[in-house]
Amino acid sequence: MLLLLLGIILLHLAALVLLFVSTIVSVWSTSETSTSDLWRNCSTAVNGEYHCNPASTGEWIQAVQAVMILSIIFSCLSLLLFFCQLFTLQKGGRFFLTGTFQILASLFVMSGAIIYTVTSHYWVLGTYAFGYSYILAWVAFPLALISGLIYVILRKRE
Amino acid sequence: MLTFLALASVVLLGIVPEQSQAIVIYTGWERHALVGSDIRLSCSFFSWRWTSEDVTFSWTYRPDGSRDSISIFHYTGGVPYVDNKGPFRDRLEFVGNPGRRDGSILLKNLEFTDNGTFTCDAKNPPDIVGRPSSVRLLVFEKVPIQAGVITGAIIGVVLGLLVLIVVIYYLMRFLVARRVFSLSVSKHGKKKKEGSQQRQIKV
Repeated sequence: MLLLLLGIILLHLAALVLLFVSTIVSVWSTSETSTSDLWRNCSTAVNGEYHCNPASTGEWIQAVQAVMILSIIFSCLSLLLFFCQLFTLQKGGRFFLTGTFQILASLFVMSGAIIYTVTSHYWVLGTYAFGYSYILAWVAFPLALISGLIYVILRKRE
Repeated sequence: MLTFLALASVVLLGIVPEQSQAIVIYTGWERHALVGSDIRLSCSFFSWRWTSEDVTFSWTYRPDGSRDSISIFHYTGGVPYVDNKGPFRDRLEFVGNPGRRDGSILLKNLEFTDNGTFTCDAKNPPDIVGRPSSVRLLVFEKVPIQAGVITGAIIGVVLGLLVLIVVIYYLMRFLVARRVFSLSVSKHGKKKKEGSQQRQIKV
């Protein structure tokens, strides 16, 4: 039972860490000379200089920023609620609230990744490939979804 | 002792105003405007002295990417002199009030070539030591959305909805407990609890 609890918490934390890394690290799309992400474009100029500019203020990229931040907030809230409900829920009760928040967080990540996929050409110029932060966002989505579903199915023992 | 204090105070009063006699000029930092619109560039100053009759204001313009400045406005001796040969001829108007320490100018019908830095220099004799202040003008075809406005709006709306739902939920529970609502709602809740207790499956 304790092992199960540990496993569930680890899964949740893994999803949370992936969300954090994906939002903060600047590698959503890469090309040969530049990387760019939700917050800024960094590029190495021809003479080897590496500098970053705050990225342009398009509407869609701001939506992606907002949605990623919301997913982090909801995932943190669901972790908090899990510990709360662990001690206050009655026997046999289900962790509905925790599961709801975690599923909402996963939905936010999914919509953020989808919006980025569709509208990134407004944002990044030239030929580019998607970087590892983008992939982490897509991985975080099923992890968070599974974690949320587990919470919904889980019942509290004494 | 008293004479020493009197001498010290006179000396201090003599020294302090001299240091603070620098004139401080205020303009904005950056101004955004649409092509074809008008914009008012404000310039005011702070000085320990009264506003003298010989107060002067002068504006110079340096286009983006150029190193040369051109003088476009000068106010002296109570008379404003606007640009009548340079890039702003017939487009510049003096809308300031020198008596109120305001040396603002109005630029009309902006063009893309008006992007640049405008520097205001004011002098209030005998208070003439000071740094001119610059404001950067950016002319856009359409005003871009500031970074973070939509982000903040989306986050605020969703969190606000969350708080609202939580408040409503607790309000409903409070009202049901107080028997304000009909008893059928609370009976529903009791039935659900009994049902889940009977089906105790081990996890």
